[in-house]
Amino acid sequence: MKHLLTALALFATSHLIGQELPSTTLKTLDGQSVNIKDAISTEGPTVISFWATWCKPCIKELTAFMDYAIDLEEEVGAKVLAVSIDDSRNSARVAPMAQGQGWEYTILLDENQDLKRNLGIVNVPFTLVLNSEGEVVWKHSGYSPGDEEELAEIVTEVAAGHSPSH
Amino acid sequence: MHGNFQLDGQLYLRDESIDPTGEFFPDEKFLGQGYANFVYADGSFSAGLRYENYQNVMLGFPEGYRGEGITYRFLQFKQDGLDITVGNFYEQFGTGMVFRSYEERGLGYDNAMDGVRIKVNPASGLELKAVLGRQRFYFEKSPGLLRGIDAEYNLSSELFPKLDSAGLRWTVGTSFMSKYQRSNDPFLVLPENVAAGGIRTRIAKGPWSLQGEFAYKANDPSSDNRYIYKDGNGFLANVTYSKNGLGIIAGIKRIDNMSFRSDRNGSTIDMLVNYLSPTAQVHTYALPALYQYATQINGEEGIQLEANYKLKRKTILGGKYGTLVSLNYSVIQSINKDFIDPSLDTLRTLQGYYSEPLVRGEIPYFHDFNVTVNKKINKRLKINAMYLNLFYNRSVLEDGLGDESIQQNPDGQKLMSGDIIIIESLYKLKRKHYLRTEFQHLNTQDDRGSMVMALAEYSIAPHWFFSVQDIYNYGNPNADQKLHYPLASVVYTAGTSRFQLSYGRQQRGIFCVGGVCRVVPPSNGVSFSLTTSF
Repeated sequence: MKHLLTALALFATSHLIGQELPSTTLKTLDGQSVNIKDAISTEGPTVISFWATWCKPCIKELTAFMDYAIDLEEEVGAKVLAVSIDDSRNSARVAPMAQGQGWEYTILLDENQDLKRNLGIVNVPFTLVLNSEGEVVWKHSGYSPGDEEELAEIVTEVAAGHSPSH
Repeated sequence: MHGNFQLDGQLYLRDESIDPTGEFFPDEKFLGQGYANFVYADGSFSAGLRYENYQNVMLGFPEGYRGEGITYRFLQFKQDGLDITVGNFYEQFGTGMVFRSYEERGLGYDNAMDGVRIKVNPASGLELKAVLGRQRFYFEKSPGLLRGIDAEYNLSSELFPKLDSAGLRWTVGTSFMSKYQRSNDPFLVLPENVAAGGIRTRIAKGPWSLQGEFAYKANDPSSDNRYIYKDGNGFLANVTYSKNGLGIIAGIKRIDNMSFRSDRNGSTIDMLVNYLSPTAQVHTYALPALYQYATQINGEEGIQLEANYKLKRKTILGGKYGTLVSLNYSVIQSINKDFIDPSLDTLRTLQGYYSEPLVRGEIPYFHDFNVTVNKKINKRLKINAMYLNLFYNRSVLEDGLGDESIQQNPDGQKLMSGDIIIIESLYKLKRKHYLRTEFQHLNTQDDRGSMVMALAEYSIAPHWFFSVQDIYNYGNPNADQKLHYPLASVVYTAGTSRFQLSYGRQQRGIFCVGGVCRVVPPSNGVSFSLTTSF
């Protein structure tokens, strides 16, 4: 039984760690196509946060994480991509919302939700952390207040070359 | 390999206060449903499938979901600049006024295509899409076939260096969709092929952006429009400005007879080919969410203004941390409709009505004006306050009454107007321990009357979340309906897995996502939900 659990745990972990992102085309705010693989950082960790203009927890998360993102960018070269899954009518609201909230993230649009589907995401908010090799090392679904502290710790660990401890 | 899994269930408890006759109480007592998605990708190849089960379908979801099976499967490969998908896929052209196939699992909405999709980039900045297939109809397929093409061209590519150097981003697009459905109606000669098309553009420069789309649809007698032979059209445009802590969007929309389904006899949320998005704000607070706007596909016009402004830090109004102020105004009414007297000759009455695009419609459907102020008081405390003024035409949005019957008897309309005040606070007790509270009050003389709500949530990041809330409908005109609606939940999150257990009473309501709504009956019981992604 113990071996089975270990095997299961290993299996689960192997699925979490080391996967690259599926090649998927997104749009920038000014309408250019960009592959997600080209948008991530190769210098440091990348945080990808899926959100939508109608999703209150998403907006809370991105607003709360902003305080940390500025430091993480400076200190460990982290990059944050805020990927909106708004449909193409609502995507017109994305730029005014992001600017109005004072976010300084790179915003990308996943209008047909291709990336969301390719990554098996059920609901937003959903957050991934990638290492500088472009491998997914941490994933989290949902947002409760305080999760941004956890996320900041994970990013710091990943930048130092450790596997996330949670 | 990626995927996800969700399982929901509810044990229903008989509650005579919310459901005196037991009409909403399910015979099964326990209802459960779930699904799992699997997507495998390897280089230029990907494949996926979804298994769904409804045993039996939960209250409030469409009854068509009964049973179990593989409802979605596809193969996709990208080669030589071609992107080909066979099987099921989701796709949209422009904003979706001509075509959008998508899913909204929480709503039970799924009009996935089953067929072939080809995407190709023949030249820099040019994207072409072609689709052929039939739409999902629960565990079956739509009777109509869909054939469509879409082209989008980004003029700011290499070919137009002048635009680029002027900082101008300009995209144009056009789409075409045709539906084929056999007709053997004994009385009417119904068009078997129905075409729809659209043009769109998007121009952006610096902080400014302008988007517009116009769609046209050939005559398509359907149960939605009561089998009239009138063409349909739709128009929407947005201007946005976003810079340095300020974001503004102003939009207008008008749609006339734009119901488009792959079955002309379809109803509710079934087999919609296009998507007519709402020009109203989507609310997630519980009380405003009781009166959400649903797009009226037979015709509506409206405007929306939304502004977000972040008052700078270290100013008088901004305070130490800055203050976020949001303002939203949307108003939606009927379009002008001059109904043709049925005693006139048939050819004219088949048109149903005449409409003057520049004349304002006379039946108010909805308005929402709200202001929100979001402020961080100190290191531990954040406050969010909202005032909302609401108008909601229940005859149109709940009972689905047509413009013609309302125009004949305007005094019979059931209208609802009210004011809502919400105060939300988030308090940090210690590292990773937060207390969030909400107080909401709806003041109205209409419908169910005034309500007050209180909520408290305690979260311990990253795993635990406890919540209790109560809505008290103290103003219900019906004395034995002045009820409390308490609800308690526990959520445990570990990575991408989430387990939720709730117990309580839910009032009847309308649940909406993106202007598409379904009615949710009242219920009482214990429910759980398990989701995970891998």
